[in-house]
Amino acid sequence: MSALTRDETEALIQEVLEVYPEKAKKDRAKHLAVNDQEVEQSKKCITSNRRSLPGVMTIRGCAYAGSKGVVWGPVKDMIHISHGPVGCGQYSRAGRRNYYVGTTGVNVFGTMNFTSDFQEKDIVFGGDKKLAKLIDEIDQLFPLNKGITIQSECPIGLIGDDIEAVAKMKAKDIEKTVVPVRCEGFRGVSQSLGHHIANDAVRDWVLDKRDNDTSWEATPYDVAIIGDYNIGGDAWASRILLEEMGLRCVAQWSGDGTLSEMELTPKVKLNLLHCYRSMNYISRHMEEKYGIPWLEYNFFGPTKIEESLREIASHFDDKIKEGAERVIAKYRKESDAVIEKYRPRLEGKRVMLYVGGLRPRHVIGAYEDLGMEVVGTGYEFAHNDDYDRTIKEMGNATLIYDDVTGYEFEEFVKRVKPDLIGSGIKEKYIFQKMGIPFRQMHSWDYSGPYHGYDGFAIFARDMDMTLNNPCWSNLTPPWKRQGEAPQAEAAE
Amino acid sequence: MPSVMMRKGSDGKLLFYVAKKDQEEVVVAVEKDDDEAWGGIVELTDGSKYYIDPISPPPEFPTTLRFKRY
Repeated sequence: MSALTRDETEALIQEVLEVYPEKAKKDRAKHLAVNDQEVEQSKKCITSNRRSLPGVMTIRGCAYAGSKGVVWGPVKDMIHISHGPVGCGQYSRAGRRNYYVGTTGVNVFGTMNFTSDFQEKDIVFGGDKKLAKLIDEIDQLFPLNKGITIQSECPIGLIGDDIEAVAKMKAKDIEKTVVPVRCEGFRGVSQSLGHHIANDAVRDWVLDKRDNDTSWEATPYDVAIIGDYNIGGDAWASRILLEEMGLRCVAQWSGDGTLSEMELTPKVKLNLLHCYRSMNYISRHMEEKYGIPWLEYNFFGPTKIEESLREIASHFDDKIKEGAERVIAKYRKESDAVIEKYRPRLEGKRVMLYVGGLRPRHVIGAYEDLGMEVVGTGYEFAHNDDYDRTIKEMGNATLIYDDVTGYEFEEFVKRVKPDLIGSGIKEKYIFQKMGIPFRQMHSWDYSGPYHGYDGFAIFARDMDMTLNNPCWSNLTPPWKRQGEAPQAEAAE
Repeated sequence: MPSVMMRKGSDGKLLFYVAKKDQEEVVVAVEKDDDEAWGGIVELTDGSKYYIDPISPPPEFPTTLRFKRY
């Protein structure tokens, strides 16, 4: 099916909105738009970061998910207490595949679940005593932990426990960093506020710990990777490129990151920001307080990687600039081979995305490198500044949807008929049953890494594996088949 | 009275960032911008105007300032 024109896309949006009651229709209409590259500011065409409509199926998370799951969770040598009932921590445990090195349960704690397991009596009489006892127990059982964070779940805010007081007292007792994070799930409209709260907690309780410590030797080439959560090893695939061009990665925030890396970050020369949405707050803070410039980069697909490497190098001297060119030349052969192999198999295929954070705009370049076209994109929890950045990346007359509902997404897919959908696990089986190839783009469908040149090879392979899988032709029963296209041969 | 973070963009232009509103605009005109003071009426790309009492000596960017809607 050929691409929709602007009028057709607008008509499609109207048609999809038709089923809603008047008020809901008015509200949802603001979140759906047809991309127009002429528009400078997204607020003129799309509304974002608003409360989801009651009664519709939204795919958003909560503030606790944003703080414990995204920002704090991957800090591997700290113990993150899910303070409240057991479910929030247990059902989200180890789901995000933030890889790390270390011995779990000894010096790192990434995939473990620590919870205060609130019972009725804790709700009635308060849980502060239990929390204090829990921190003592943790420190006794896991003496190699470098610090503890208290990630509040909803009841903590509702009953008004003073976790800050407990944190201060216990930090003195165990002589370690104890960070109270007020990320109760009911705060805000989505996980996005959780990111902000977590960033503020880092700012208030961690970042200035070593301001007067001069024992650490800085070099002129120190950088920090901010907002890379090492999903399936992403941060490692990015880090080797930066190190190869001559930079020194002091910290990884927060995939495979540690507390001391975070404390040292104010001493770097440049902050490299991958996920703008979740960590721009702390980057802005460091720029203001410590004068560290930050820049957004994109390590999806060779075109964007080259652009980003050159932009990063432009902040340093000629040695790094040469290093960047060397890295680009070294990997070009590799990435050209990947494109040569997969592009003919993927050329012209159309993709719809609906994810969060940076991916709805960042992966567009990688798809384009493979000759694919992104015909619709949307964010779960973006703000207007994300859409400002997206409009330029997307083609004209493509669909943009904010906090899309289950119903809308299905209807869009039925009409736009993309060849591939990239979204989360909750959407995966619905669309696969509709017969459409699907990649789970939150944790790379248990694959990865997708960042960097190494990641691009895996990305291309995965897309090919999904799209050209012979199973899709078997969804139509043999008696309903009418002369179909031959299947692609498997890639060697 | 929004609290605004002022920073220089990569192209050297002054950016006006209001965290609460996710608003990041380029500053097009500042009433007073010389060696002595910085401030007065500040105009943004979207046409909105903000006011701040001129600060002397001019502040170093990035910094957070409180503006009034003009």
